[in-house]
Amino acid sequence: MIVGEQKPIKEIMESVAPYKRVLILGCGTCVKTCFAGGEDEVEVLASALRLAFKTKKQRSIEIEELTIERQCENEFIQEAAAGIGRNDVVLSLACGAGVQAMAERFPAAPVLPGVNTTFIGIQDRPGIFSERCSGCGDCGLARFGGICPVTRCSKKLLNGPCGGSQNGKCEVDPSIDCAWHLIIERLTELGQLDNLKTYIPPKNWQTSTSGGPRKLVREDQII
Amino acid sequence: MSNDDMTIKPLSKLHEILLNGEFAVTGECGPPRGANREVIAKKAGLLKGFIDAVNVTDNQTAIVRMSSIAGAVHLIEAGLEPVMQMVVRDRNRIALQSDILGAYSMGIRNILCLSGDHQSFGSQPDALNVFDIDSLNLVRTVKDMRETGKDMSGFELDIAPAMFIGAAANPFADPFEYRVLRLAKKIDAGVDFIQTQCIYNMARFKQWIKMAREEGLTEKVYILGGVTPLKSAGMARYMNNKVAGMDIPDEIIKRMGSVPKEDAIEEGMKICLETIAELKELDGVSGVHIMAIEWEEKVGEIVKRAGLKK
Repeated sequence: MIVGEQKPIKEIMESVAPYKRVLILGCGTCVKTCFAGGEDEVEVLASALRLAFKTKKQRSIEIEELTIERQCENEFIQEAAAGIGRNDVVLSLACGAGVQAMAERFPAAPVLPGVNTTFIGIQDRPGIFSERCSGCGDCGLARFGGICPVTRCSKKLLNGPCGGSQNGKCEVDPSIDCAWHLIIERLTELGQLDNLKTYIPPKNWQTSTSGGPRKLVREDQII
Repeated sequence: MSNDDMTIKPLSKLHEILLNGEFAVTGECGPPRGANREVIAKKAGLLKGFIDAVNVTDNQTAIVRMSSIAGAVHLIEAGLEPVMQMVVRDRNRIALQSDILGAYSMGIRNILCLSGDHQSFGSQPDALNVFDIDSLNLVRTVKDMRETGKDMSGFELDIAPAMFIGAAANPFADPFEYRVLRLAKKIDAGVDFIQTQCIYNMARFKQWIKMAREEGLTEKVYILGGVTPLKSAGMARYMNNKVAGMDIPDEIIKRMGSVPKEDAIEEGMKICLETIAELKELDGVSGVHIMAIEWEEKVGEIVKRAGLKK
């Protein structure tokens, strides 16, 4: 899923300060799962903002709350149209894709981000999320025992670990597992350590962000 | 590196020394945090006559310094042979290849291909890193330029750089069993010589060299063992705890602490000399790489006392 984190309340307050009527728009998929922008977070943020504006700014702010299933899909976006019409600004708690989808669909309405989109990842255990995929567009997980060095090695090394790993931890931070340590462990378990003898040539980053904004065309799905 | 070494035309003075079977001695020169070439000239003066080649570090620990190319050129002008270090942290493949061409045109003949310390260690942790290719890819690139005369795109270069190619190896990093496999991979990629991380854990180093020998790797690459003289028990503890991939056994730290403070430098020197003496006798070791960090004046003494005649 896409993992995100709500922006600090101070930053949110500054961004909505010029407006009187604010629609806080939640998104019920990824950011709900990571507790950043689902229905519950919309409610809590709305209460916090009302209170903060009352006490600090000496003025009230009208806040409407709404959460739709997915802000990144046209099918669901329409449900927000009426609410957007009633307010001066949309504070979107979706990921960056959702915020931009809303901005495209409703060009007359200012859309502000309320969440910092952080990564594509998983929930390791309740409350702990970690990155797994960089969306490089050319998945090589088959070679690496299902552990991605492009994402999980701090230096994106494809031909083995650097000299800085110790006790299975990355030199950058002891709280980071060395991806190569995990890869070697996993391949040893699978009896595939010989995979690592193969020289991996320079990666083609064209399928990643260095090829410019990406587009996927599925001819068979175009109506 | 093979039996018909005698017929090979050396790519650099360092290569020639190794081809001749002499025990090579390399040193290190960190360029200044500024544009003062006199700093390099001063360090060169301290090293000249004692070592065969000098590594010029490339923004080590991710701190901005004079470029390794410029530092290497200043060393050539001072009459020393540089080993230009090049990390893949800061430049993409286009910039790396371009700089290799430029370096060769300036007379630089040795290169050490490295990943580079992560920028989070440096003074500008907010910088974007690159890591377009990894250090093995860089080794292969320089090798291909030399052997095929082409750049990474396959374009035939006007004059192709023919550099003597080095890489680093850390026998002390984990996972240990993989370290020899990694060395083999570097050799396959085209590396000619290896400089190792500082050796304090001689038992582990010997085990690594033994494994490398058993795989026939020491026949294919020149290995220069890394040494750094310790100044104090505090420095030993700091390096062990704070420097990535460093392994200083307790007995070395205790030994540094067992002598009066004023004798610590001499004790560090003794440890360094003992290490070099062992390296000289070790089958599969072709030389020593002395990393006297910001302590270049000590290199001459080490070379003299270790009996490494230059």
